[in-house]
Amino acid sequence: MNVMDTRSTSALLYLDGVHVSFDGFHAINNLSLALEPGEMRAIIGPNGAGKTTMMDIITGKTRPDEGAVLFDGVTDLTRLDETRIAELGIGRKFQKPTVFESQTIEDNLLLALNVDHGVKGTLFWREARSETERIERVLETIRLTDARNRLAGSLSHGQKQWLEIGMLLAQDPKLLLVDEPVAGMTDVETHQTAELLKQINKDKTIMVVEHDMTFVRELGVKVTCLHEGTVLAEGTIDQVSANERVVEVYLGR
Amino acid sequence: MPHVLTRSLDRSATLFLIVVAACGVLIPLSNLLLPSSSMLQVPTYLVALFGKYTCYAILALAIDLIWGYCGILSLGHGAFFALGGYAMGMYLMRQIGSRGVYGNPILPDFMVFLNYPKLPWYWHGFDMFWFAALMVVLVPGLLAFCFGWLAFRSRVTGVYLSIITQAMTYALLLAFFRNDFGFGGNNGLTDFKDILGFNVQADGTRAALLAMSCLALIIGFLICRAVVTSKLGKVLIAIRDAESRTRFLGYRVESYKLFVFTLSACMAGVAGALYVPQVGIINPSEFAPGNSIEAVIWVAVGGRGTLIGAALGAVVVNYAKTYFTSGPLAPYWLFMLGALFILVTLLLPRGIVGTFNSWWEPWKAKRSSDNAESAAREDGVSEPDMAE
Repeated sequence: MNVMDTRSTSALLYLDGVHVSFDGFHAINNLSLALEPGEMRAIIGPNGAGKTTMMDIITGKTRPDEGAVLFDGVTDLTRLDETRIAELGIGRKFQKPTVFESQTIEDNLLLALNVDHGVKGTLFWREARSETERIERVLETIRLTDARNRLAGSLSHGQKQWLEIGMLLAQDPKLLLVDEPVAGMTDVETHQTAELLKQINKDKTIMVVEHDMTFVRELGVKVTCLHEGTVLAEGTIDQVSANERVVEVYLGR
Repeated sequence: MPHVLTRSLDRSATLFLIVVAACGVLIPLSNLLLPSSSMLQVPTYLVALFGKYTCYAILALAIDLIWGYCGILSLGHGAFFALGGYAMGMYLMRQIGSRGVYGNPILPDFMVFLNYPKLPWYWHGFDMFWFAALMVVLVPGLLAFCFGWLAFRSRVTGVYLSIITQAMTYALLLAFFRNDFGFGGNNGLTDFKDILGFNVQADGTRAALLAMSCLALIIGFLICRAVVTSKLGKVLIAIRDAESRTRFLGYRVESYKLFVFTLSACMAGVAGALYVPQVGIINPSEFAPGNSIEAVIWVAVGGRGTLIGAALGAVVVNYAKTYFTSGPLAPYWLFMLGALFILVTLLLPRGIVGTFNSWWEPWKAKRSSDNAESAAREDGVSEPDMAE
């Protein structure tokens, strides 16, 4: 781990001049972005803007060619792997809901808890009251208490999205990266998800990638629009959607 | 410790253990105590056969642990089985002493024949049983650890991993075929005389070896159950179903794979070690890639991810093999094995035990909806609708 002597930024997450190319295709181009502690940020942008690639970089799945990603002002994430980054307190929800389908909802949450993740620790693990209570609380938050013993594979699409958000909560990270949380949800579910994220944002920093503009508007947070791997515009949803270049990009030139 | 036992023993696991224990006690007793005229007397050739099946069942358990629960399809597990077998074979060779054809007190016959001046360094210590027994576990375990460390750290998965495990067992096959490798080349190790002072051919020894094999199967089964019913077992299934999700939750996936792969290789080594004195020979053909594939078929037929199914599959398929290869259908056995694999994949994708569970459990759930919930959680292979 690369620990610098002093914090160079107050931001919880700071991307500085990040650059990635795949076989000559510049997926991320000199991308700089700062997320303050406690902030919720919505990331929008047309397909191929580099939103998911950016999340891959933050979580250690993809290594950038250039640039730095600072977490908490001191840790350079580009040198760490997925496991280490998760341990630092960065949780990720995938675009396609990814839960452990052949296990119960309760077990899914149990697996997500940020307790000892070593081979020895899990082999000799015993049920602890504090863990059960935490699972209980998460189940209530994501409204799946009654379904706790059902297999995750039997849930509806929307419920799976929530279970995955619940797993993020159980992980208790400092920063949540949420990729398209309302894809495939009904209007009611979308509304409930926005409420859920706002509630979570009371004590966590969140970055949400989303296409659904109604949802982004409902969140009412600062919006960053990406295009061709770089920041095109930043501001409130009204400012960003009024931006001429954003309109151009979305409607095509 | 008690909580591990209660957690890992549900009704079917207990039943399985009782059946294995009964086989391990009753078959040897019937063979030794009853007169050969009795209807209930188990002939010695059957004792040897059951002993062989039991060893295969242990190998199948080892494969099910990594394939059924962690999604690691090893097509080279026969290599660990054979290495355990060779370690035991080396001990048995050293026990022959001066009773060999050439009467050399130190060198086994093949070394005299091939003009070895002295015992190769890696044959030292194998005159002691405890040392050989240690090597039975250590050599396969160490190979699996090194192989796994390289493969899992480089994130080699799926079909690529299966291919390199095949390459591993094939490389060992070629190496053990060589006369100058020091393991008897093509002929392997055979003509064993005694084990721990008992004649390997004697009825009493065969009966004891069967009992030991059953005991090893019981211990192996208990270890596997303890692993899969722990939280580590849940992590293994998580890795099998969504590897990168598990990584993003902060689990070091390669450590888990390495642990379970090494454990599995050690079990396979023990199976091989018990196999060799019962069949009386170990040669390089045990490394043949086909053997490893066959072992995977046993698990698929029995039902992967069920442990009991793996052991059952090993016995059923091998019984069929014994039955058919001793009759006029012998030349067609491989075709039948292939057909069996295709049929199981198409018609019984969950194997015998998996299919049985999916029929039995909804029925049981209807009868007693109270118990259904806990059963579903214990088995992990149940239908989604039954836990409601």
